[in-house]
Amino acid sequence: MVFFFIFAVIAVVSAVGVVTLRNPVHSVLSLMVCFLQMAALFVLLRSPFLAAVQVFVYVGAVMVLFLFVIMMLDIRRASMKRFVSGGHSWVIALLVILIAEMVLILSRSRFAEMAVSTTSRLDGSVKEMGTVLFSKYLLPFEIISMILLVALLGAIVLGKKELR
Amino acid sequence: MVPLSWYIILSSVLFIIGTAGVLLRRNILIVLMSVELILNSVNINFVAFSYYHQDLRGQIFSIFIIAVAAAEVAVALGILIALVRNKSALNVDEIRTMKG
Repeated sequence: MVFFFIFAVIAVVSAVGVVTLRNPVHSVLSLMVCFLQMAALFVLLRSPFLAAVQVFVYVGAVMVLFLFVIMMLDIRRASMKRFVSGGHSWVIALLVILIAEMVLILSRSRFAEMAVSTTSRLDGSVKEMGTVLFSKYLLPFEIISMILLVALLGAIVLGKKELR
Repeated sequence: MVPLSWYIILSSVLFIIGTAGVLLRRNILIVLMSVELILNSVNINFVAFSYYHQDLRGQIFSIFIIAVAAAEVAVALGILIALVRNKSALNVDEIRTMKG
């Protein structure tokens, strides 16, 4: 309970930091903190494999990629310019509508009294996850590997100096 | 014991923060980071429901979401580098090549 509050508060504060900080490098570091808190929440939810994947893939790979690109680009000119585009009141109205919608839905839902189901079948091990992933969900797994391969090739082609 | 609704509230707060980032910021890097934030808030929901129902499908879906997000970031940053190299535009307002 206490740990949930600690992780949730740090995650929300760093997520606000991602949106409000002016320098993109600070945003990336703040997003890293947020993702680490989410990995800790996954551990609290008895899924340590997913926490490890989160740390490796997001904090290790994706955020380092972001940092690399930010260092490569010249951000000083662009980032310090316009912070929030003014005069877009419809955006604020859209956000208010979204927040009101979520509050309405959450206040009318019955999730508050929901507890952990008594028939505990999961032990949170990698073994049962791998068994399900490679038997029942084999086709989506292969599709996702093809998507990753195509994304890799696309990134290489886009990043080349000149396209022929 | 943490109730399930707290996880849902945390996830919706992060979702709203991410949506605000996508809609309000003009720097395209921060827009991409906000999209990552939205995807991760959905992940929290999936894993929380997976734990509270004792069902493995939520975690499987989270793994797929993480993989798709990684692919998306790779392609998006490639496009971004090509865009900056050709047009030197880093703001969403300045990118209007595909504008109808």
